[in-house]
Amino acid sequence: MRPHLQYTDNGKLRHFLSIEGLQKETLQQILTTADKFTQFGQRDIKKLPLLRGHTVVNLFFENSSRTRTTFEIAAKRLSADVINLNPGTSSTSKGETLLDTVNILEAMHTDLFVIRHAKSGVAELIARHVPDHVHIINAGDGQHAHPTQAMLDMFTIRQYKGPFNELRVAIVGDILHSRVARSQIHALNTLGVHEIRVVAPNSLLPSQVERLGVHAYNDLKQGLEGVDVVMMLRLQKERMHNAYIPSEQEYFNLYGLTTESLAAAAEDAIIMHPGPINRGLEISSVVADGPRSVILPQVTNGIAVRMAVMAMVLGGEGNG
Amino acid sequence: MTKKIDVDVSVLLDKLVTDLTPLLAINPVIIGIHTGGSWLAEILHRRLAINEPCGSLDISFYRDDFSRIGLNPEVKASDIPQDISDRHILLIDDVLQTGRTVRAAMNEIFDYGRPASIRLCVLVERNGHELPIQADYCGMTLDLTPDQQIKLTGPEKLSLMVGDLAAGDNQS
Repeated sequence: MRPHLQYTDNGKLRHFLSIEGLQKETLQQILTTADKFTQFGQRDIKKLPLLRGHTVVNLFFENSSRTRTTFEIAAKRLSADVINLNPGTSSTSKGETLLDTVNILEAMHTDLFVIRHAKSGVAELIARHVPDHVHIINAGDGQHAHPTQAMLDMFTIRQYKGPFNELRVAIVGDILHSRVARSQIHALNTLGVHEIRVVAPNSLLPSQVERLGVHAYNDLKQGLEGVDVVMMLRLQKERMHNAYIPSEQEYFNLYGLTTESLAAAAEDAIIMHPGPINRGLEISSVVADGPRSVILPQVTNGIAVRMAVMAMVLGGEGNG
Repeated sequence: MTKKIDVDVSVLLDKLVTDLTPLLAINPVIIGIHTGGSWLAEILHRRLAINEPCGSLDISFYRDDFSRIGLNPEVKASDIPQDISDRHILLIDDVLQTGRTVRAAMNEIFDYGRPASIRLCVLVERNGHELPIQADYCGMTLDLTPDQQIKLTGPEKLSLMVGDLAAGDNQS
């Protein structure tokens, strides 16, 4: 067993499963490579030949149109052949196991699987199962990690706010259930951000959250005081049946990002959200559509960042 | 051991300027290949007194050995400021050896548009071609052993260095 599943023996990125366990240099290389890819969107022919002849399978056991679409566009811009599968509605419902599904697709000479699954650890399980020439990118597993989302967030922060070491960042909302928050915290810490705050009621904070290297706040205005970046999370309504919050209206009153609550943040603070947005629940429309919102640039940046990660895991296999 | 070869780069540049001057009649777009080719492109652009900005290409995303060696972490952005459709391109590089870099550069140029023509200008054309690509303009030709590599250093003062791969000189 390799000590670091995500790297090859000579230190090249092999799988992209979680930010945890990756070196700062790897994250920086993703950002600088993505930088170069953003410029091809302006060109006549928005395609690069890097992944010509490679097959990418988007294996989404859990639905997500936005993430799947940006992975698909990213792979196509790199000239890969892309297959989208939603096995939740096909083979697995006929009793085929997860690894059977992967084996079948691998037998069709798939080079890269992009995997989303409602259970934590599935991407890693598959990464441990596949042979050396097959690569795995985690597109979100349960409550564990969503590393490409975190990297497109880092890319957007760097684009609008510059060096990480001077920034104060607040992550607001359902930290407890959020794989996005977990990956963001690891990425911000690895890249050396000045301060990370998490803001939520205690019922939506993991126990001992400060061990992750963050400061916890229950009060939104205190948590936003002077921050340069506000990263909102989606309130996962489908998980809210266990009385985590008293009511949606009360949640919005206490934790919803509005023009008023935002006034505590730095004047030039940017507002981010991984989407999809619950308007009027975690964020008001005025803020979500306002001049400081970078929610749509986040989506655009997701393409370049996913291109960078795909190119990094698939390139240089001869040395792997 | 890497050593400077006894060639005055400015003499080679003088020759290229003379050879290229008739091309001004077709109003060429100058594009240099990163890094050495871009230095030369800027010098020639200035000496030929061309008004339009010159472009630069980093062909890392077009290399044919990507699946073997992976992405160059130092990749720079390509920048071609003008529309090149139906224009005459003067592509500039420091050294022509295998021809693979030029092939990659031509592939990238065609993703920006369909040029009327592409001419190739290099400071040094050496032996070791692997593709049917020759320079239209070259400062000098050189015969070297397969282990020897030639490289332009700069940009303040341009000189040509010859290194020996067998001796462990790293000159990619």
